[in-house]
Amino acid sequence: MADKGYLPKEKIKEFVEALGKDAAVYAPCLEGDTITFRQYTPDKEISLDRPANTPPKGAIYPQCETLLSFEFKKDAATPQKMDVELKANTDFPKAVVFGGRPCDAKGFTVIDRVFVNTDTADPYYKKRRENTTIVTKCCNGPYAGCFCVGVGGGPASREGSDVVMTEVDGGYYLEAVTEKGKAVMSLPIIQDGSSYEAKAKQANEKATGAVRNPFPADARISPELFDSGDFWGRVVEKCVSCGACTFLCPTCYCFNITDEQAITTGERIRSWDSCMFQHFTLETSGHNPRPAKYKRFRNRVGHKFSYYPEKYDGAIACTGCGRCIRYCPVSVDISEIVGYLKDPKADPKQWAADKKDAKN
Amino acid sequence: MSTQKLKEIIKQVLPDVETVICWQEGYDKLNVTPIFITSPEQVDQVVWNPLCAQNLASYLPSQKKKVAVAVKGCDSRTIVQYMQEGLIDRNNVVIIGIPCKGTVSKKKVQKAIGNEPVEEVTFTDDAIKVKTPSGEKTLALADVCPTKCTSCQFPTPIVYDQLTGDAIKSDKPPESVYADVVELEGKTLEERKAYFASQFDKCIRCYACRNACPMCVCQDSCIAETRDPHWITQRNSLDEKVMFHMIHALHLAGRCVECGECERVCPMEIPVAKLKKKINKEMKDLFDYTPGVNPEDKPPMYTFNVDEAKIKEHKL
Repeated sequence: MADKGYLPKEKIKEFVEALGKDAAVYAPCLEGDTITFRQYTPDKEISLDRPANTPPKGAIYPQCETLLSFEFKKDAATPQKMDVELKANTDFPKAVVFGGRPCDAKGFTVIDRVFVNTDTADPYYKKRRENTTIVTKCCNGPYAGCFCVGVGGGPASREGSDVVMTEVDGGYYLEAVTEKGKAVMSLPIIQDGSSYEAKAKQANEKATGAVRNPFPADARISPELFDSGDFWGRVVEKCVSCGACTFLCPTCYCFNITDEQAITTGERIRSWDSCMFQHFTLETSGHNPRPAKYKRFRNRVGHKFSYYPEKYDGAIACTGCGRCIRYCPVSVDISEIVGYLKDPKADPKQWAADKKDAKN
Repeated sequence: MSTQKLKEIIKQVLPDVETVICWQEGYDKLNVTPIFITSPEQVDQVVWNPLCAQNLASYLPSQKKKVAVAVKGCDSRTIVQYMQEGLIDRNNVVIIGIPCKGTVSKKKVQKAIGNEPVEEVTFTDDAIKVKTPSGEKTLALADVCPTKCTSCQFPTPIVYDQLTGDAIKSDKPPESVYADVVELEGKTLEERKAYFASQFDKCIRCYACRNACPMCVCQDSCIAETRDPHWITQRNSLDEKVMFHMIHALHLAGRCVECGECERVCPMEIPVAKLKKKINKEMKDLFDYTPGVNPEDKPPMYTFNVDEAKIKEHKL
């Protein structure tokens, strides 16, 4: 029942099965060369070797979810009248997100501010979030593109997690962060881990020291450079406008709502949208406030590093997980772009298009 | 080394064009990223090595002015296909051809080095040396190249204005191009269905494959996304994912230049090029046509013969 536990590596599967006794466990599963979060079943192979290709965001905020189903029915008494019957989706089973990284767990806290900590909370996300326990694995070191320490996180950050696990001698040192986490620690499979605490702390510090910080301390975003079309045109020229960066992001939460209707029945679904797509915020009138690629890209960077922090006491809506860099088809590096914006010597004139109009 | 020659050529053509599209070092030593050169000072940043896998020709249709582009043999097929389909004005493109002995798949290297951060990368004639915190690893290029390089028929660009080195002849047998498709064809329908289901199930509908595809010309009007008409639902079920990939593949029938971009960019590591290669193989059998090889050719789906030699018509 200690707050400090230990789990030998070979008992991971057993641990996940214990967590799954009364909950759906979402774990990083190896499929070919891909690691992706799946609802755990015994035929799946869990991999904690590297961060998964996808964040676990979808476990609480699914890529596509049914908000309600509807059915049109004819009124027998007045046949020209159609009634519609609505049924809201209220099925939110207990769940565990297992094996995400600290950046992944922190991602949920970014979404919480928008979907939960507001007077118009989103019932779907809120209920799922309440019913989910987050067991996070700290990173042993950085991976390609990672920059969590640059955005106030770290490879052993506890923010958003209920339990954190650190790799030590042949197993994991576990620490409860919240009351929900303490419940996990009371599972009989967890051994006493007090003797590993010092080693885990050392491992965490070593990992933290190895992560790059691409931004100068306390630097603010230059509004002049942010407003420069030349700057964005230059840094975004190579972008192919796909949605990989946003769909792999642990904090992106923009969505679209569509009615998927058959003849008399259908569902209203909410699915992830991406500001990288041309259709994003396309208005019914046909007007598109962000018709150019660079305007949409600026929205992504601005949302994470400017608009969101302005609204939520300086909190940055990026956890530095590095996926958007690692998996970008053309290696666009958001940390490089924000680095330019935060450079105290930033000067829009340096980016002026000398030979051509780069805004396409 | 041809990097020097490449830089010389860029400096030479730059005054005549608005932009030169080439590669430069990316966010770490294992990554290169496109560079759009508009001034001579940028030329020093140019790199050419087996990591330059990206097909830069894909940027051409969106360029409004005269540009120069660096292309490998495989990439040059994109330009040929663009010419066949009237998607670019050849007079507005200066093609800098690079004879290429094969590229490297970043994903394969990362896997081989246990996904450790990369500190240094160097190349020898047939190997890549990667330095990580736990030591140096030497990997044979043949072991970490993308599938397309194992059967490359066009190591030297088909069209070019300047060449950075001596032309290279392919040493790969032509029948090796579709070896992976033939292997797949040998499986039963059920096996093939299970294979594609397990692969496409990983799709996150980010459309990286579509947007990186040089021949995907619908782009913003793609039926996978249009709201009006609402052709495909936004659900993320396997059916919807397969539907999108089938549409992508069918729209490329006899047009896919097999540059492998769709597969290279997939963040979920789905072998998305397989469907397209299968269709290309069928097109080759039916019309004896290879996309992106001869600028004078007409793509078979752009035309028809009243009597197709290998298509049995329904005779009423």
